[in-house]
Amino acid sequence: MKFGVLVFPGSNCDHDTFNVVAEIAHQPVTFLWHDSPSLENCDAILVPGGFAYGDYLRTGALARFSPVMQSVRKFADDGGLVLGICNGFQILCEAGLLPGALMRNAGLKYICKQVHIRTETADSPFTSTLRKGQVLQVPIGHMDGNYFCDQSTLDTLQRNDRVAFRYSTPTGEITPEANPNGSLSNIAGILNEGRNVLGMMPHPDRSSERILGSADGFAIFASMVAALTGAAGR
Amino acid sequence: MKPVAAVAPEPTTVTPELLAQHSITAEEYARIEEALGRTPSLTELGIYSVMWSEHCSYKSSRVHLKRLPTKSDRVVQGPGENAGIIDVGDGWACAFKIESHNHPSYIEPFQGATTGVGGILRDIFTMNARPFAVMDSLRFGPIAGEGIPQELLHKNHTIVEGVVSGVASYGNCFGVPNLGGETKFEECYSGNPLVNAFALGLVRRDEIFYAKATGIGNPVIYVGAKTGRDGIHGATMASEEFKEGSEQKRPNVQVGDPFMEKLLLEGCIEAMATGAVLGIQDMGAAGLTCSTCEMGARGGVGLDVELDLVPQRETGMSAYETMLSESQERMLLVAEKGRENEVLEVFKKWGLDAVIVGTVIAEPRLRIRHHGVLVADIPNQSLTDDAPLYHRPVGEWKAPVQMEPTRSALDKLGYEDRVQQRNYADDLRLLLGAENICSKRWVHEQYDSMVQTNTVQGPGCEAGVMRIKDSGNGGPQRGLAMALDGNGRWCYLDPKLGAEHAVAEAARKVACTGATPVAATNCLNFGNPEKPEIMAQLSAAIDGIAEACIALGTPVTGGNVSLYNETRGEGIYPTPVLGIVGIIDDVTTALPSAFQAPGHAVLLISPEKIGTIEERLREFGSSEYAKQVLGELWGVPPSLDLAVEASLQKALSQLAAAKLLHSARDISDGGIAVALAEGCFEHNVGVSVKLLEGADLPHAWPLFQESASQVIVTCDESAVGKVRALVAAFDGLRVDHLGETVADQFEIAVNRHPVIRDNVTGLKNRWAHALEGALREVVTA
Repeated sequence: MKFGVLVFPGSNCDHDTFNVVAEIAHQPVTFLWHDSPSLENCDAILVPGGFAYGDYLRTGALARFSPVMQSVRKFADDGGLVLGICNGFQILCEAGLLPGALMRNAGLKYICKQVHIRTETADSPFTSTLRKGQVLQVPIGHMDGNYFCDQSTLDTLQRNDRVAFRYSTPTGEITPEANPNGSLSNIAGILNEGRNVLGMMPHPDRSSERILGSADGFAIFASMVAALTGAAGR
Repeated sequence: MKPVAAVAPEPTTVTPELLAQHSITAEEYARIEEALGRTPSLTELGIYSVMWSEHCSYKSSRVHLKRLPTKSDRVVQGPGENAGIIDVGDGWACAFKIESHNHPSYIEPFQGATTGVGGILRDIFTMNARPFAVMDSLRFGPIAGEGIPQELLHKNHTIVEGVVSGVASYGNCFGVPNLGGETKFEECYSGNPLVNAFALGLVRRDEIFYAKATGIGNPVIYVGAKTGRDGIHGATMASEEFKEGSEQKRPNVQVGDPFMEKLLLEGCIEAMATGAVLGIQDMGAAGLTCSTCEMGARGGVGLDVELDLVPQRETGMSAYETMLSESQERMLLVAEKGRENEVLEVFKKWGLDAVIVGTVIAEPRLRIRHHGVLVADIPNQSLTDDAPLYHRPVGEWKAPVQMEPTRSALDKLGYEDRVQQRNYADDLRLLLGAENICSKRWVHEQYDSMVQTNTVQGPGCEAGVMRIKDSGNGGPQRGLAMALDGNGRWCYLDPKLGAEHAVAEAARKVACTGATPVAATNCLNFGNPEKPEIMAQLSAAIDGIAEACIALGTPVTGGNVSLYNETRGEGIYPTPVLGIVGIIDDVTTALPSAFQAPGHAVLLISPEKIGTIEERLREFGSSEYAKQVLGELWGVPPSLDLAVEASLQKALSQLAAAKLLHSARDISDGGIAVALAEGCFEHNVGVSVKLLEGADLPHAWPLFQESASQVIVTCDESAVGKVRALVAAFDGLRVDHLGETVADQFEIAVNRHPVIRDNVTGLKNRWAHALEGALREVVTA
């Protein structure tokens, strides 16, 4: 089993994500440079946070054209696991791997703080070690995390159980006060139709060790490892 | 490279107007002629003007800075390089420095702040240290208050918004966590906001790079952003007072691009790893000029550079403009001849311009050519070590305010008639909502404080605490703690004592986390050094820093001096800002500042010796309470015994290492009442305490006085005896068991009288939303 962490010019959570896989999950992991189409036989792709291409034009708008993303699209179409965190989520939306868009935060400012998210489905390779309804403390750090999609997309997401996480209170209520950025229906993370691609704004990479204030986010990496172990030889 | 031209650079016509435009005095011009042995060219005159500016040459402060302690077993690199470096153990060293960007931030708050952050980051990574944390010390004019003109409030709001979003935008994109720092407000900073940026980076002890050119014939490589006309004469601007129309200097302010800086970071660190880079320096103030002559001077060699090869953003730039441009995100490096392609390849990978622009030469001179013609040929020494050094007249310092409180202040405090005590709960609420005390969440949430996943304690804590990932040799990881502190009002009342407090308080904040303070960096923000009374402040403040840093074992490894912080003749408070770095062997023992749970004992550790009533009356005039509640300023800062302070800090790190405490917090602005309240907020824990006051003073004194060297700690009831025993081993300290942490109640009694009874939720609401409230207030012109 091998994880691959994409590196775009301007990625700045690439080392953080790499570190969780290598040092906490103890799994093989490699960096994948944006300019090369090769995914080096990785079994899961992590699209890290940061400011790929300096957020020029629009977050994720340039990264989608990079050679590596063409391979990631194919990899995802074939059922490979792809997790996009923060800027990674923005890139996956721009690349069309996930529906909808991430707009400027409702407060028009960058927000970095601990938030709570409620697990909306345990039925995915990213959330299988969680319980539906389980609340996680995970930090956010973004300027453009205000999820939006049209009504029919939202209906589809909800009907097919594709909302992975919603911003909630510490006790799991979905309220406007618990929504840090104005996201539609408090959405913090969504799955694609095949349930093999997850995009989320909160940072599980920043919440995988107790010393950092929370280890709740590690369950997402643990779920991926479980899924890949179960599907060995795919 | 082309052969050395026999022809000297073409002399310019030197007029008094030309010299005035370059802020060069007649005496200085005479020295230029002497150093060159001829009339300078225009380019040379420009080069001298920036290198001899106050900002680059420290000509007014250098003679005084020599009094600072700079050495210890841990110091790897003291002042004189891009940043200071200390050994932190396990093969790691850290490079750190604080620098000002005050003048640009007044003229263009957003860009001024971004380039301040960008500049200090380059100082760190040019030494091969990956930036690990940043902090900022920000000072603004008031953003709320009666009797302040609306126009001024509006202007100050704009500056606060611009500076904070500038700091955020640069650091967030670059990917370095911001651990907060301090944000203060005083009238004197209205026309002169202070933006001091601190950065710290980690480097392997044996992989440090220096800004030194070596090896005759080696190529000189320019890397990074293209050179444009921005920032020309930025260093000179920062060395003048502001007058009416200073806003017209806006084109002098540089524009930052954090994405470019991120690429430059990755490219430089990868290039240094090839082994083909010999020396490297960033182009900050005075850009290409400063980097070329300083790298040559440090190596005892010269650099010969052809400006046509410099990547340029605009066409038709003159040699003068190219040399003086302060375009951001540029680096100059010297590579090993024959291996230059290894270096160039790395930068190509990161999509950066990297061009060989010159050669290292044996003659210790700066030779600049433009279209092949020699336009500058200057001995390096004359620009660096031999720059003017002024023993400016140091005036006699006089106390600026009266020593004793006014009648009206005493009446408000019920000084004569003790029966008429005030409603201190109201006073506490007022203080908790005051600009200098209230929560700075609005600022800190705009900063990414968690990227790099090392942040153990971020903004809002006493000090920032970071863990070092690859450390501890398999055991617990090592940590670094860092804090910034300054107190302009106290330095105004007594520059020496005020500066001692800045060192002591920054170090105390670090010690409160359980770390041992080991080194310091300073940013000296003062007014016009040509005024003897300003030099008196500067000289006394440096004495104070020196004494405190010696007493607390924190040598100064570098920093920055910012003078001429005056607008229309109005100077700022003298404001030395200190950054202190500490080491904690086991980062899991780092102490938080917030009370953790009900049922813990609340102890006060403080000096045994208490001042007389007269002394305490005077000291109270410098408190936040006197300013906010009484609206007055008198007296002196609190007295400070550095030996007792050193004992307190040692005791704190021993208490933390012994795992006896649950929390520790320093008592500062607003005194013990505010410190207790702030301890309650994070976990919504209350306190019930009794203060003992032996002197016959109104209750405002025990509640709100800001005496030095005082810390509130919490521990299990069963550990109180052990804490007392440990502290008893240190001379001059006492421990008082004040009470305990409880549920939501907030109760303080003085002797037997209950004086404040409130609830934590109410107090917290006042504290949490005051800053945002003040900024949101609609200003009607």
